[in-house]
Amino acid sequence: MIDVKNLKKSFGSHLVLNGIDQHIHPGEKVVVIGPSGSGKSTFLRCLNLLETPTSGSITFEGQEITAPKADIDAIRRQMGMVFQHFNLFPNMTIRRNITLAPVRTRLMSQAEADDTATALLKRVNLEEKADAYPAQLSGGQKQRIAIVRALAMKPKLMLFDEPTSALDPEMVGEVLAVMKELAEEGMTMVVVTHEMGFAREVGTRVLFMDEGRILEENEPRAFFASPKQPRTIDFLSKVL
Amino acid sequence: MDLAYYYELWRGMMLSKDPMLEGWQVFFVRFYQAFLENDRWLQYLKGAGTTLYVTAMALCIGVALGVLVAVIRTAHDQQRPGNRNFVLGVINLVCKVYVTIIRGTPMMVQILIMGMVIFSSSRNYTLVGALTLGINSGAYVAEIIRGGLMSLDPGQMEAGRSLGLNYFDTMRFIVVPQAFKAILPSLGNEFIVLLKDTSMISVIGGQELIKAARDVINRTYDAMFPLLGSAFVYLVLVLIFSYLQGILERRLRQSDRR
Repeated sequence: MIDVKNLKKSFGSHLVLNGIDQHIHPGEKVVVIGPSGSGKSTFLRCLNLLETPTSGSITFEGQEITAPKADIDAIRRQMGMVFQHFNLFPNMTIRRNITLAPVRTRLMSQAEADDTATALLKRVNLEEKADAYPAQLSGGQKQRIAIVRALAMKPKLMLFDEPTSALDPEMVGEVLAVMKELAEEGMTMVVVTHEMGFAREVGTRVLFMDEGRILEENEPRAFFASPKQPRTIDFLSKVL
Repeated sequence: MDLAYYYELWRGMMLSKDPMLEGWQVFFVRFYQAFLENDRWLQYLKGAGTTLYVTAMALCIGVALGVLVAVIRTAHDQQRPGNRNFVLGVINLVCKVYVTIIRGTPMMVQILIMGMVIFSSSRNYTLVGALTLGINSGAYVAEIIRGGLMSLDPGQMEAGRSLGLNYFDTMRFIVVPQAFKAILPSLGNEFIVLLKDTSMISVIGGQELIKAARDVINRTYDAMFPLLGSAFVYLVLVLIFSYLQGILERRLRQSDRR
């Protein structure tokens, strides 16, 4: 589904991604972990070109998205993204947050989008918040709305950038539950997170990144039971 | 009651330095001279109309220029390093020079240069004045708008783009409405300054409120009431606009309620 070849990214003279090769298959739930500053978020943001790679190539379903002529808006419509700080639009009601993109990109009519929004909100038990503004919601509610907003575009792939890091501990569960449900439905997911429990339970593959490289990858059970690299062992001993 | 009768009567007493004349009667004569004699209030009204017309025109020019310059400057500054567009760089430089020159020279000098050098052959002083004010205001509005655009969390733009919205739609529905709410107080401020600065176009012959007051002064040799009167008119206009701005701000703050 996504093919990443020798991806490099530097900010000025600082090399953040130092040659990443990855292939993500449909239906996979890839969990990216690693210490802060290891390039996890940058890697994720390169996948939908919120960061422009310095070199290397990314191919999404046969289309090279790093090509200069690629229609980036059309590609982004097929990838949902959830941010650490939710990034809901505070000037709009929840309903409009969800329906704006599908309507403006002519994916749906306003009526269809409204129906979709209602159905999605029902799914995360927030249908009574449709006419509220983001400022009236709790962090956990905002993040569930952000997930729903991305889903309204009917994406083929969902990117999560530390979706629970900015939440109060008691709200982490409700967001993870939504993500878990999404995973069970077969959505392809790439998740940057510090939630090791989620990685173990939901992930089909865990990537450990450090200093802009993928140091180790494995299926979760083996990864957590018997990490091989000394750096991975060191990291896991600190977070588990 | 015939005001004109008392005016003639008391004016006569004033000119002959009649000791019977009381202070309030002198006041009446001066007031009548300033506003009522020969229907002079019509001159003020016409002047105030021109003031509003010039303000409106300068505002349109200023906002159009301001938005243009702000968008160019912001787009230039938010480019990713190592990915810079040369043409945008040149346009950005032009915008920077414009803002620097306008903000670096007095408004009075700009009006005089426009009226007496660049458009010295034009007799449409009001239009030249409005144009000058618009160009002047544009530089300040550009900086206000730029501040609003830059103060917004970049995550808002990223969220819009990650949903597949294009740059223009993201600006239109997400960035600009939020930036507008943030800059409205400064924009209102600039608008009030603009309204009052229209008084300066009288130096090149613009027929606005202050020009009307000065015409009356030249005729009656009495400055107090014409100047107090026009000050009062400015004050009332500003109060009206402040009130309207307050309504608009309250409406935009709707999404803040918790």
